[in-house]
Amino acid sequence: MKHTAMVLRVVMAAAVMVAPLSAQVTTAPALGPAPKLSVPVVQTASLPNGLKIQVARNAEVPLVEARLIINGGARLRGTAPGLATFTAGLLGEGAGGMTALQLAEETDFIGASLRAAAGYENVTLSLSVPKRSVDRGFQLMALMLLKPTFSSVDINRQRALRLAGFTSAKDSPRAVATKVFYRNLFPASHPYHGNINGDSASVSQFDSVAVRGWWNTAADPRRTTLVLSGDVTLQEAVRWAAKHFSGWKAPSVILSSVPARDVSGPTQWKARVILVDKPDAAQSVIMIGGPGMSRTDPDYPAAVVMNTILGGSFSSRLNDLLREQLGYTYGAGSNFAFAPVAGPFIISTDVRTDVTDSSLAVIFREIAAMRDKGVTDTEVGRARNYLVLGSLSDYETAGQVAGAMSTALLFRLPLATIPAELARINGVTTADAQRMAKLRLNPAEMTVVVVGDLAKIRAGIEKLGLGPVEVQTYEK
Amino acid sequence: MRTRLFALALLLGASPLAAQGLKVPATVDTLPNGLRLIVHEDQSTPIVSVNVWYHTGSGSEKVGRTGFAHLFEHLMFMGSQNAVYPAFDRLLEAAGANNNGSTTEDRTNYYESGPVSALPLMLWLEADRMGWLLPTMDSAKVDAQRDIVKNERRQSYENQPYGMVADHLPRMLYPAGHPYSWPVIGSMVDLSAASVEDVKDFFRTWYAPNNAVITVAGAVKHDSVLALVKHYFSAIPRGPAITAINPTRPKMTRDTALVLEDRVQVAQLEYVFPTVKAWDPDDAALQVARMILAGSKNARLTKRLVYDEQTATMVMASPDHRRYDGDFDIVARPKPGKPIAPVQRAVDEELRRLGEAPPTAREMEQAKNALEAAFLRSTQTVDGKADQLNQYFFEVGVPDAFQRDLDRLRAVTPADVQRVVKQYLTGPRAIVSVVPMGKRELAAEPRGVTP
Repeated sequence: MKHTAMVLRVVMAAAVMVAPLSAQVTTAPALGPAPKLSVPVVQTASLPNGLKIQVARNAEVPLVEARLIINGGARLRGTAPGLATFTAGLLGEGAGGMTALQLAEETDFIGASLRAAAGYENVTLSLSVPKRSVDRGFQLMALMLLKPTFSSVDINRQRALRLAGFTSAKDSPRAVATKVFYRNLFPASHPYHGNINGDSASVSQFDSVAVRGWWNTAADPRRTTLVLSGDVTLQEAVRWAAKHFSGWKAPSVILSSVPARDVSGPTQWKARVILVDKPDAAQSVIMIGGPGMSRTDPDYPAAVVMNTILGGSFSSRLNDLLREQLGYTYGAGSNFAFAPVAGPFIISTDVRTDVTDSSLAVIFREIAAMRDKGVTDTEVGRARNYLVLGSLSDYETAGQVAGAMSTALLFRLPLATIPAELARINGVTTADAQRMAKLRLNPAEMTVVVVGDLAKIRAGIEKLGLGPVEVQTYEK
Repeated sequence: MRTRLFALALLLGASPLAAQGLKVPATVDTLPNGLRLIVHEDQSTPIVSVNVWYHTGSGSEKVGRTGFAHLFEHLMFMGSQNAVYPAFDRLLEAAGANNNGSTTEDRTNYYESGPVSALPLMLWLEADRMGWLLPTMDSAKVDAQRDIVKNERRQSYENQPYGMVADHLPRMLYPAGHPYSWPVIGSMVDLSAASVEDVKDFFRTWYAPNNAVITVAGAVKHDSVLALVKHYFSAIPRGPAITAINPTRPKMTRDTALVLEDRVQVAQLEYVFPTVKAWDPDDAALQVARMILAGSKNARLTKRLVYDEQTATMVMASPDHRRYDGDFDIVARPKPGKPIAPVQRAVDEELRRLGEAPPTAREMEQAKNALEAAFLRSTQTVDGKADQLNQYFFEVGVPDAFQRDLDRLRAVTPADVQRVVKQYLTGPRAIVSVVPMGKRELAAEPRGVTP
């Protein structure tokens, strides 16, 4: 059926092109045949010190995109809260005898961009450099990786900046909601419990001993992959890597990641309401969280289709209701925070203060409708196309390709498996999506966080009976 | 594809000024109804970007209706005669495409982006709302989008730390009645006053094919695109001729200062200096000055305030050159609990210093290379190219002005930078302090060091 329809569309589109009219066209044109996604081909190699290399060549542009991805970020065992991101941030603040200012000057000078960042799973050094300056680019990257200065002066400065950032975060209702949300959804033993950047208490302890100690074991070539895309062959990649990274010695101990199975799963999947007061706020920030899933879960295709219908696109039910029909918000949405350790399922919106309770009622009514009455074939068809055809735009630039390769590494889902996964999304049925709504949208497991003017919104929220209500502050 | 090759070739060239040239080949066609079509072919990925600019923005609004152009942008998604609400978003999503729009003082743009198979649909949807928006317009739609825009204002301004600064700056910088003297988002009172009649007037005046330019960039062929555009848009009648305006602002003769108390814990200084319009001979030098002042860690303000003296946690500079006039913005935040004045004095000193002696050759080269690299990277996507082609066409009358833009950047001399800093950034300014509630003593000194 689908295939036949496609052939008809081709004919119609062609007819349009040969016979231009000058009258109003009153019916929507049919779509042309969908282009086919061809994902980049990835070649691999490795160095004797264990460093792995992946290359997706696209010589269209004389530009090289490189991502040095060290597996093991904030989730490494024994990592103090915030230490991974703090240390990664320091790599660009002085290395190999160059100051932060000299590194920045050199990078700009060769038209490059070079930065380091850490997440829960990885520390990543990212380089984007014109081909002619690739040697200098890797030289600077290697200095940051292998010879970071970690001086007390730099550490003191960056620590003060981070502490100031915490102070400012309290002013942002969205930042407050996010912190309170994760703190309540995940137990203290879980990596997602705290802010990945730590808190005032942990960051105040950071000094050059702590930073150097962590980096010396965390930076391990044996669990590192150098991902390259753009104007680069596998042979060039191996040559550059050997020149700049073969002197990288593995630490004597392997610092292991806290494995997923050791993470005491969120124990707090129950219905409850956490309120944070923000007197005189013009809006209330709402975040609702429930159990999510791993990116590699077999239910992934059905789950993303279901989420696209609920809150994953502009036409989704939540945005349509809360924004378009009711005018309560500028936007509402939902998503699964996919990660190797299952992140939460999140519904999020900012609503006018006087309709905070009504908005919550609408969200939970819609969740019930998704579970009980299901979804339509039209919605499922639209969501499938939106996801599958939309993916054509994901591989346009070398930077996007390098990003896709990094994501593929994170989830151990090689690019070559993407077409098959898209085919699975294309095969999601209405019944699949409905099953997913029943399985994944359970109000009895959902935590509601609202940051707003409690004097005006609290009574209304309590009346909804969404669960026990507790008032917290940014700190606790 | 050719574009990208040439773009990065500039960075490869040993002598940048002698580089062969950055080309984003684009055709321009004009329909009998005045609609202009720009087409750029890039076959590297099977996607397409449709980008429509209407040459109207908040600067076209009437007194008492501020925020209307942006409200109107929202109404353009509310359905038209044949694409009845909510067809617009649903049809595009079902085709795998995304869409959005944005409004500035000068123009309003609308864009769709997705697989090339969706091109006829994208064009048909744009045509239907360009030609036949009003038959389905009613007060219920205006009311609904008015509420949404008010929510947007709450989310982006009122509930945002430091968000209200943008609400006050326009009237500090422009005389009453100047098209830039009110914020694009408008006021709550004016938004409440907007009526269906206003929508009809605005549409008939500004949303005509002769005031619009469509750019199509991606895996397409010019001839097919032209045929499609003729097919869908030819029946739309030409609108009234647009009368050119030439708004001016009197020279600012003294500093104006404002202190805002906000629910924040860290104070913030914002300086805004009147400068020049887009493509003025001094535009490029101001862009280079921005890089030298705050474009990198070793830029003068960042180095001094964040690294050396460590009195500020953040400093930014941004030039904004629009159709009729421009401004140069500097924002800095002292450390929590600290006053603005010491940071302000350091900013004043650095501006004066750069106005008295030219930057070094090394500073110039770093600034230009970084600007150029960022510029070229922004032209890697068809979305980015489509919008830029439209912008150049609006500003200089030809879509492919990429090389010309780079040339003027490359031609900036150290003496130019010194001169524009002295001329524009050491003179009168708007000074806005944001301080924590009840902490007015942290505010900036009401006058700059050099009056």
